[in-house]
Amino acid sequence: MKIEIYGTGCAKCKKLFENAQAAAGSDALVSKVEDIQQIMNAGVMLTPAIAIDGEVKSAGKVLSVDEIKKMISK
Amino acid sequence: MIASAPKDEHNSELRRIALVVCAVVLWAVLYAWLETLARWLTIIVLHLDTASQFGAAVAFFIYEAPKVLMLLVLVVFGVGVVRTFFTPEQTRKMLAGRRESAGNVLAALLGVVTPFCSCSAVPLFIGFVTSGVPLGVTFSFLVSAPMVNEIALVLLFSLFGWKIALLYMSTGLAIAMISGWVIGRLKMERFVEDWVYKMQVGSSDCASPHQSWDERIGLGLDAVRDIVGKVWPYVLAGIAVGAGIHGYVPENFMASIMGKSAWWAVPVAVLIGIPMYSNAAGIIPVVQALLEKGAALGTVLAFMMAVIGLSLPETIILRKVLKPQLIAAFIGVVGCGILIVGYLFNILL
Repeated sequence: MKIEIYGTGCAKCKKLFENAQAAAGSDALVSKVEDIQQIMNAGVMLTPAIAIDGEVKSAGKVLSVDEIKKMISK
Repeated sequence: MIASAPKDEHNSELRRIALVVCAVVLWAVLYAWLETLARWLTIIVLHLDTASQFGAAVAFFIYEAPKVLMLLVLVVFGVGVVRTFFTPEQTRKMLAGRRESAGNVLAALLGVVTPFCSCSAVPLFIGFVTSGVPLGVTFSFLVSAPMVNEIALVLLFSLFGWKIALLYMSTGLAIAMISGWVIGRLKMERFVEDWVYKMQVGSSDCASPHQSWDERIGLGLDAVRDIVGKVWPYVLAGIAVGAGIHGYVPENFMASIMGKSAWWAVPVAVLIGIPMYSNAAGIIPVVQALLEKGAALGTVLAFMMAVIGLSLPETIILRKVLKPQLIAAFIGVVGCGILIVGYLFNILL
């Protein structure tokens, strides 16, 4: 599984990245996308956003570890 | 579990709504008794004389701090729930291809209810202009979103009363509409960084519009945790400074510096306000105390709008997508609007 965190590097984005890493453990590859062109390509207008396997699941919110876990298991 | 899911969901939804109703009733009772409670605490428990300087300052704090925090929790929750009905994606769709004047009005109004944080100002800006929202209309949104926000309105309402809150909201919206329109008339599209219009923008609408009330209430509570959790120290610090001014600064002390007769006070207030970075929560209690000591309302309003509406961090973020000329036009036009509002109220009231 592939998890991407979209954000231009603000504190909230870092937090979401950490939460995603904690939630995914070794099951998924979590990466940060900081390039504005790529962020716009994904259609993200509110940062931070999280995409799982290329699909944007949530935008503009720092999800908790549990919330991300729930998303992954779906 | 899957089979019974709809019923479970329905039950938990009803339970949550009932809980919210109970909480609101409890809130109202506490709020109604707050003044009595605060007075009892100050006079009977702390043995303070409210006529003394220290007593007046403490009494002010003991009453105002819980009052503002309570209102903040209620309104942030309400706005948090309302915001679940709006996403930037929908706002963009509503604004794309709009004609200018009507678009400016709509953009300013949507700025109040669309979730916004200055850290996502850049993707929002690109998303708007590349999908055909006119530049001026985009600016109406960008001006109104930070300036007319729920925190400012709560503080204005609780410390100044509904008239000034309404005044702030309507003039703030007017500034957003008109300055966006002016920026549109100036034809400044060429001062947007060139790469912006070449962007390929995908679309995604992840926040589904069909959320249950359970989820909406949950999101409202998240907003309370997030926003009130962040601003309460500012609110308390602001009220503490305000309380100090309330108790110790003599009556009419501010009249000579920030009074009506000092014509230069409005521009100075705006110039000081622009680089100052504070949110509404910290600045409004201080400003209220100044007003009480003889500062003129127009000057105070102008100062507040400059601090809240034009922030240095946001302009630095926007510099990524705007050339300096457009940044200057943005600050200039909005700053002039604030100046006019300041003078207008000093003359009218």
